[in-house]
Amino acid sequence: MKQTLIALVEDKPGVLNRVASLFRRRNFNIESLAVGHSETPGISRMTIVTDEEELLRRNVVRENLFRLINVIEVDDVTDQPTVVRETALIKVRANATKRAEIMNIADIYRARIVDVATESLIVEITGDADKINSMTDLLKPFGIIETARTGALAMTRGTVTPRDPASYAKYAAGNGKRSH
Amino acid sequence: MAEMKTGAQIVIECLIKEGVEVVFGYPGGANLPIYDAMTFYPKIHHVLTRHEQGATHAADGYARVTGQVGVAMATSGPGATNMVTGIATAKMDSSPIVCITGQVGTGAIGGDAFQETDVTGVTLPVTKHNYLVTDVRDLAYTIKEAFYIARTGRPGPVLIDIPKDVQNAKCEFVYPEDPIDLPGYHPAARATVAQVARALALINAAKKPVILAGHGILLSGATGQVLEMAEKGSIPITTTLLGIGGIPAGHPLNMGMMGMHGEAAANQAIQEADLLLAFGMRFDDRVTGKLATYSPNSKKIHIDIDASELNKNVRVDVAINADLQVVLEQFNGDVEAADRTAWLNAIRDWQEDSSQRDIINSNDGIFRAAQAIFDVWKFTKDNNPVVVSDVGQHQMLEAQYFKHEKPHTLITSGGLGTMGFSLPAAIGARFGAPKGQEVWVIVGDGSIQMTITELMTAVQENSNINICIINNGYLGMVRQWQQLFYDERYAETPILSPDYVKLAEAYGVQGLRVTKREDTLAALSAAKAHNGPSLIEFVVEQHDMVYPMVPAGADLHQMIRRPTA
Ligand SMILES: Cc1ncc(C[n+]2csc(CCOP(=O)(O)OP(=O)(O)O)c2C)c(N)n1
Ligand SMILES: [Mg+2]
Repeated sequence: MKQTLIALVEDKPGVLNRVASLFRRRNFNIESLAVGHSETPGISRMTIVTDEEELLRRNVVRENLFRLINVIEVDDVTDQPTVVRETALIKVRANATKRAEIMNIADIYRARIVDVATESLIVEITGDADKINSMTDLLKPFGIIETARTGALAMTRGTVTPRDPASYAKYAAGNGKRSH
Repeated sequence: MAEMKTGAQIVIECLIKEGVEVVFGYPGGANLPIYDAMTFYPKIHHVLTRHEQGATHAADGYARVTGQVGVAMATSGPGATNMVTGIATAKMDSSPIVCITGQVGTGAIGGDAFQETDVTGVTLPVTKHNYLVTDVRDLAYTIKEAFYIARTGRPGPVLIDIPKDVQNAKCEFVYPEDPIDLPGYHPAARATVAQVARALALINAAKKPVILAGHGILLSGATGQVLEMAEKGSIPITTTLLGIGGIPAGHPLNMGMMGMHGEAAANQAIQEADLLLAFGMRFDDRVTGKLATYSPNSKKIHIDIDASELNKNVRVDVAINADLQVVLEQFNGDVEAADRTAWLNAIRDWQEDSSQRDIINSNDGIFRAAQAIFDVWKFTKDNNPVVVSDVGQHQMLEAQYFKHEKPHTLITSGGLGTMGFSLPAAIGARFGAPKGQEVWVIVGDGSIQMTITELMTAVQENSNINICIINNGYLGMVRQWQQLFYDERYAETPILSPDYVKLAEAYGVQGLRVTKREDTLAALSAAKAHNGPSLIEFVVEQHDMVYPMVPAGADLHQMIRRPTA
């Protein structure tokens, strides 16, 4: 199983660079990295998928990430019950005669057609990586023009969180010691 | 309303609050306001090094002797990039320094302005943390945070880049009195009860344990606890290069240094051990040799303040992320006295074999680097001086032959192996060491020429340091590899030196030359008696080797040994 990490980080300039630079210089491989706001203002949430599988190596990756000053919490959720979702936009070659067939495939995967042009379609699919890969395989014969994927987002099931939001809420934007 | 101060004044005010008394640096366009502000604060002594690399090494040397944060300053662009080697050196050796660089104005950043370099970008991988301060109101807090991060947890270099307009801008200066509280930085890690129990069971059951003592025993202040455990359990100790001094060299349980040029007995003990206790060390490739065959039959306990070191190079059975001193306090009460005579006797036999091969015993009339260093030790030992060594054969010989009895008496660039480190670091160490404690530099003819410009800094500061140049006419350590692994093709390792005595005189440094061993004592006495910097050139045998040696990639116990005398 590929390693999936959830990291809560301070939302400051350069933090993404620090994380990316760490993976590069330590020779860890990032499969995907998704970053955006968390439930707390001033704190961003990253989902990082690496190609490490072995537990001790995974710990080294996690601890290195945790060592960055701006990283508040890192949770390795690889072995936890987790919802993992990724969204992909796939532009497929499709003229009028192929359209129905593609829409059929999209239906099976509960994907949506979000753009229709005379010679192409854009399919939007959300799911785990396997689901997206499997639909992609089916679409290949039609001719894939381009693909854009968000990278995985992960959240553990149940009420468990990587860290109780109350414990870092005091660091949220506006509560800090900084003047602004 | 609090007093309005400029950013530059705030920088100095904050340094004073941190207890800084000496700053090593170099001025330029982008840090002019800070230098100007400094003239109003006579409490802070500024040392003008002759190169910004020297400033960082000096701050590093100061930090290693005192355990306090060393401070270096430089201007933007070339000033800041000149610091990179010194910052990387401090990073590899966990030395707490704070570097303050000037930056072009915030409005000019990103536009390739004159002397603009992305310094936070350049130094990102070699600092523990760094900052670009774009608002003067953030400055005081940032400086306090930087010092806190540099000295706590696993110490390391922190850089603060301050644009010129931020140095000039004014704001109300209120020193942040609250302790630093960062969401993502909690340096006080502790062992769990279960970990302590597992480790203790392993320790008390071991027949052939070895303690591997690294720099962490000094940084954590745990030298006493390590020794207590060793004595209680009759456990032999070997140190890394940076662990030297943490355990008295003369202590019967101290086997000396491990690793590539470590003591044969220590390496042998590691390979045969049934338990390794790795304390504040990181299993660097220079101490493990080939990983696949490293200490194959031992259980391993690793304690380090930096969790990312655990299981990084060597897989261990008990990995404890904690401050060494705190954990050992937890352990020591329960470490049982054990009879490990058989194990200690085996080690004694290996040591006996080593001493028969010792180069110091050779009586062939050749003046050797090892003898010069040995003689410096004999001459200075009652003073327990600080020795700052550089990088190369002389560094390894110093580690082998200079018997350090006290913590923080060996300052050397271990992890990065930075040639040129010693002279500037010694200038910094001189400011940190007590007046009565001597500071000696052991440096090669190659290394001294990398930063020899700092001689003038030593003169300007009337630094009481004694520089021993071990002149073997070669980049000796590289020559050694060429002799062993490249069929004696000495590509670019013969190196000429200036007339060091004349050079010393030109600088206003006392200069002496020793070409025969019997003249050593007179020169050392003259250096010691001289108030201010002295330089002694020891002209030694050119083709000596440093043994034992574990060739890169070989098993740790497969050392090339010195022939028996
Ligand atoms: C800045 C830097 N450049 C190159 C090296 C590679 N290197 C390691 S030891 C050494 C030779 C050092 O020569 P010297 O100072 O004369 O010491 P010796 O080995 O002769 O005692 C060199 C070139 C280094 N460690 N650091
Ligand atoms: Mg040399």
